[in-house]
Amino acid sequence: MPMTVHVDIVSAEGAIHSGLASMLYAPGEMGELGIAARHAPLITRLKPGDVRVEDEHGKQEHFFVSGGMLEVQPDIITVLADTAIRAENIDEAKALEAKRRAEDALAGQTAEFEYAKAQSELAEAIAQLRAIERLRKMRSS
Amino acid sequence: MAGAKEIRTKISSIKSTQKITGAMEMVATSKMRKAQERMQASRPYAEKMLQVIRHLAKASPEYRHSYMAEQRELKRVGYIIVSSDRGLCGGLNSNLFRRLIATMKEQQAEGIEPVFCTIGSKALGFFRRFGGQVEAQVTNLGDKPHIEDLIGTVKVMLNLFENGEVDAIYIAYNEFVNTMTQQPKIRQLVPLQATDDEDRPTGPIWDYIYEPDARVVLDNLLTRYIESLVYQAVVENGACEQAARRVAMKAASDNAGELIDELQLVYNKARQAAITQELSEIVAGAAAVG
Repeated sequence: MPMTVHVDIVSAEGAIHSGLASMLYAPGEMGELGIAARHAPLITRLKPGDVRVEDEHGKQEHFFVSGGMLEVQPDIITVLADTAIRAENIDEAKALEAKRRAEDALAGQTAEFEYAKAQSELAEAIAQLRAIERLRKMRSS
Repeated sequence: MAGAKEIRTKISSIKSTQKITGAMEMVATSKMRKAQERMQASRPYAEKMLQVIRHLAKASPEYRHSYMAEQRELKRVGYIIVSSDRGLCGGLNSNLFRRLIATMKEQQAEGIEPVFCTIGSKALGFFRRFGGQVEAQVTNLGDKPHIEDLIGTVKVMLNLFENGEVDAIYIAYNEFVNTMTQQPKIRQLVPLQATDDEDRPTGPIWDYIYEPDARVVLDNLLTRYIESLVYQAVVENGACEQAARRVAMKAASDNAGELIDELQLVYNKARQAAITQELSEIVAGAAAVG
């Protein structure tokens, strides 16, 4: 029986896989990696791609990662998977988007549907107030 | 019988309100359970990352990332405020805002200016009224928030920090103590506070093989770590929201029940009074005729 190593694949939104494996293949930033048990400690970034986990019977399981980090220790391998596609320019675009949303929301120059939403919220609040008032009156009488 | 009829309509309207609050309570209960699961699920990732970051910080002491640097003198600070998107969850959001304002007032007395990033529409609405510099916002995350939606907001704050426009970043959210108790909490995100490294194993000193190199790896890890902290706060706040809503809706249902009981009593009295009056009128009429 081949030597096995514990493999954990986790993402920020939850654990994806946990179990023993004889070999792990991952798309490292500097090239494809194949890692067996007792590998020297290693840490690298992952490219988007396929992470394959091979168990002691030679059966392979595939996991798609959209990037992340790979941490290797002799008896445990951890894949810290990203759930989103990451790149410097994409992150930057998202940041700009978040900023723009804030500006829009504060300037009051919001889209029409938001005006409608606010109006319906107001109507709801007024209805609630009225109901409360009615109840109060009833209780006091 | 006009009074009795009115009361009857009131009772039926309260009954339908009670049905709604009862349904909302049940929905919140089931959502809360799921939110708690999500909360648990996000923990291993952050823990693992922290472990690696600690190791890296130890292994390459010559490189100090700005997120791990010593605390600068505070002039401007950034707040990431996590709130719910919907109301009807008791004092959850307002407690958080009150706590936040108290903290900010103390800081303002020392001449420290706040900058905000808001998550959730309640926080945005609040700061729109309150005033203040909102740098970025995200709303409508839904019951299943995704880290992807948070990247932009966090990035804005981190950029501000790197450019030296803010000297520290805090996150404000509700901590899930248990299903009945939620506590507003303000926590420092950046610079990362030094933790005791007592758990460092004694043994031969070893280091990772880095690809491409330690700095790149550390930069990446730190950004992701902070994002995962924010994500955790959002998920935890989500669980708090459902728990608070459940309690609020339960109280509302109970109140409606009480109200119905009271009204029922009033209704019975009114009905009885009407019958008595009718009877005495008939008797009086008969007496007058006879």
